[in-house]
Amino acid sequence: MPDSPPAGASPPPGTPPSLTELFSAFAVVSVSSFGGALPWARRMIVEQRRWMTAQEFNETFSLAQFLPGPNLINFSVVYGSRLGGVTGAVMALAGLLGPPLIIVTVLAALYARYGDIAALTRILGGIASAAAGLLIASVVKMLEPVFRKLNFAPFVAIAGFIAVALIRWPLPIVFAVLAPVSIALAWVSMRR
Amino acid sequence: MNSNPLTTLFGYFALLSLFAVGGANAAIPEMHRVAVDVMHWMSDQQFADSFAIAQMSPGPNVIIVTLIGYHVAGLAGAAVATVAMTGPTCVMAFVVARFWDRFKDAPWRMAIQSGLVPVSLGLIAASAFVLARAADHSIYAGIITAVTAVVAYWTRLNPLWVFLIAGAIGLTGWL
Repeated sequence: MPDSPPAGASPPPGTPPSLTELFSAFAVVSVSSFGGALPWARRMIVEQRRWMTAQEFNETFSLAQFLPGPNLINFSVVYGSRLGGVTGAVMALAGLLGPPLIIVTVLAALYARYGDIAALTRILGGIASAAAGLLIASVVKMLEPVFRKLNFAPFVAIAGFIAVALIRWPLPIVFAVLAPVSIALAWVSMRR
Repeated sequence: MNSNPLTTLFGYFALLSLFAVGGANAAIPEMHRVAVDVMHWMSDQQFADSFAIAQMSPGPNVIIVTLIGYHVAGLAGAAVATVAMTGPTCVMAFVVARFWDRFKDAPWRMAIQSGLVPVSLGLIAASAFVLARAADHSIYAGIITAVTAVVAYWTRLNPLWVFLIAGAIGLTGWL
């Protein structure tokens, strides 16, 4: 990487990267991120390359979280487009998605070919159980601040869980009902 | 339903992506409902396996749609599912980013943001439930899930170690 800054001489915070730096940074983030890419992206952009301050990162990320679709992919598009319009967005997105897509396609082909082998099925079965456990842990961490306050939010979360997990209603229907109700409740509780 | 699997994949994931507030994990129950229960593209176990592979692979978790697409229609299916799941929301992110900052302090914007947080959390909690049910067919598998949840909650252990140990236990055939 000839255009990356030399080690030890980090640029001042807020220095915008070139488009190739943007691509390579998101590519590095994507291949080094296991179990959620957010901490890696933050480390790269805020702490290592210092392209954004922590405050700017949080603001941009909250927008990415609010939009539908994967958070970090939205983040790459929003950040990339600010730096270089459509080209910037495409470069950041290509860096983030390109390498994992190649890896996962190879894995998909291997699974299609060898997925019936008993030993592999057993290994994957163990990993699948662990992966579900990991998700449970992060759900609990995310829910803690919500359940600490006694307002509309815990009830909305519980209603969504029951409708989708237990009754198995289709997501678009649940979302079409629950989202407007929740936004209205948020509006009312803000006015008070 | 359309008979061409590629059109079905595209239409379904493009629609789904617009409701995936909270990321790919919020959309897992709906993917499971359609891929396993409605369309019968894959078994419960294959779905759980796909999630496990997506989690083990580096990169965003949304990559599970690539695996489902590949399972349904090979390379073309993988490409179509990935583009459908990421395309519409990327365009939306691009457009919204242009004007969002102007309404930074608008009350309606804050109401939308704080209203959507509990919705997406409820959906992600549902994902965890659906995945645990798809993956855990024995009491021992349930114990793996529970122990992993406790370890991940209390420690900062790299998830790869957990996967390695769980995979090794799985190989023994106890689960």
